[in-house]
Amino acid sequence: MRDQTVTFKGGKDGLQVTLDAHVDWPLVAAALTERLDEQRSFFSGARVTLDVGARPMRKDELGSVKAMLERREMSLWMVMSESQTTIDSATALDLRADLISPAPTDAEGLPVGTEDEGTQGIMVRRTLRSGRTLRSQGHVVVYGDVNPGAEIIAVGDIIIWGRLRGNVHAGADGDDSAVVCALDMRPTQLRISGYISIAPPDKRHKPKPEVAFIRNRQIIVEAWR
Amino acid sequence: MGAKVVTITSGKGGVGKTTTVANLGVALARLGQRVVLIDADIGLRNLDIVMGLENRIVYDLVDVVEGRCKIRQAMIKHKLFPELYLIPSAQTRDKTAVSPTDMIQLTDKLRPEFDFILIDSPAGIERGFRNAVAPSDEVLIVTNPEVSAVRDADRIIGLLEADNKGPAQLILNRAKIDLIRKGEMLSAEDVTDILAIRLIGIVPEDEHVIPSSNNGVPVTLNENSRAGMAFRNIARRLMGENVPFMPMEDDNNILRRIARLLSGG
Ligand SMILES: Nc1ncnc2c1ncn2[C@@H]1O[C@H](COP(=O)(O)OP(=O)(O)O)[C@@H](O)[C@H]1O
Ligand SMILES: [Mg+2]
Repeated sequence: MRDQTVTFKGGKDGLQVTLDAHVDWPLVAAALTERLDEQRSFFSGARVTLDVGARPMRKDELGSVKAMLERREMSLWMVMSESQTTIDSATALDLRADLISPAPTDAEGLPVGTEDEGTQGIMVRRTLRSGRTLRSQGHVVVYGDVNPGAEIIAVGDIIIWGRLRGNVHAGADGDDSAVVCALDMRPTQLRISGYISIAPPDKRHKPKPEVAFIRNRQIIVEAWR
Repeated sequence: MGAKVVTITSGKGGVGKTTTVANLGVALARLGQRVVLIDADIGLRNLDIVMGLENRIVYDLVDVVEGRCKIRQAMIKHKLFPELYLIPSAQTRDKTAVSPTDMIQLTDKLRPEFDFILIDSPAGIERGFRNAVAPSDEVLIVTNPEVSAVRDADRIIGLLEADNKGPAQLILNRAKIDLIRKGEMLSAEDVTDILAIRLIGIVPEDEHVIPSSNNGVPVTLNENSRAGMAFRNIARRLMGENVPFMPMEDDNNILRRIARLLSGG
């Protein structure tokens, strides 16, 4: 069987490089360099999306991967990870970063609920500020605010324990039963499945917990009880 | 102990960073502080103009970093305050000439001899911004009461948080009191509500600012300027003084205050 420490996949967005999250970092880094050097001319010029899975990576570790790729005339275009540490490191390096939730088949280390499929997701414990995007194949829980200019796209539900002012899309794969909840619901744009609602500009707004869902082919917002 | 390094940044351009650095520099110097201002906006030099020191430039920041001169040779002494200096930025050089490490080394050399080192950051989130915040002990974010400026400030705060720099403090510049009272402009509350960081000052829109920048005499030297007073208050807050916020930081005009009391406002 082929070694799975480093795997490559070509796609329309460039080269996706997936690194095994459970092998020691020095071994992974060495394997990556070796694999790239085997076919150096083939990879030259490629735009790389790096998927490091659950591995928390420091800024200097990520920076050395970036430099290593650049020395081989490749560019690190985006970093995907389940680890907030890695995402923060990528952001600090000015890289595009995507926080992903673990694949549903991955039985290990699920951050939220393991009862059955469909209760999985990610939890973010800080305010999502302008310019950040959060994607999940499951649900998303934010313990903090979602500021204008931030964006959440979830296949499942979105729950904001704070103020929602950015863009959210729940049930993004077409699930009409998905919901969005927030302690203070004032999104720039709210989508559930294929439906869109834009918050009315309302100056006398009183914050209260609300839930949004689809009824009779439109998005309804009700007090959350 | 040594100097406190304070970086003034914003995300969006043209919101008043350079104006703030010049005025806080002068206000701190008037309070007896030893101050160095560093213009880190390479390629877009203008702190020297606002400080009225343009004609005295011999060496600049890039000359210091590249070893063409000693730090002292690039430090221009202010005309009125012997303990206020400016290190000007380079006019037309490669923006990558300076690195974050260079900035840390430079400020480390200056720290023992000063009380404050203020760094004027370029707009944006690229190398120049990284250089400006690398050595900072404190970051002041300047924004205007405008949705787009607040959005960019929010982005910068996110980046600072990811870098464990912070907590940053906020200066709301160019506030127009009459518009805010009418609800036509974002208020300080609206802005801090989103950004969730501490407000260190509100600077009103003031017609004295532009002419005084053009003349190289920072507006805080003008006792009648409301913006000037706001900058003086911020300087005192930076020194750790607890200066209460004036209503909009604007009313040093006693007649207006009385008029408002009489009208029951
Ligand atoms: N409080 C104020 N009132 C009026 N004009 C201001 C005020 N603050 C800044 N300005 C003007 O706005 C312009 C941009 O300010 P500047 O300090 O150069 O911004 P930045 O350094 O962020 O690009 C300048 O013309 C300046 O004189
Ligand atoms: Mg400027």
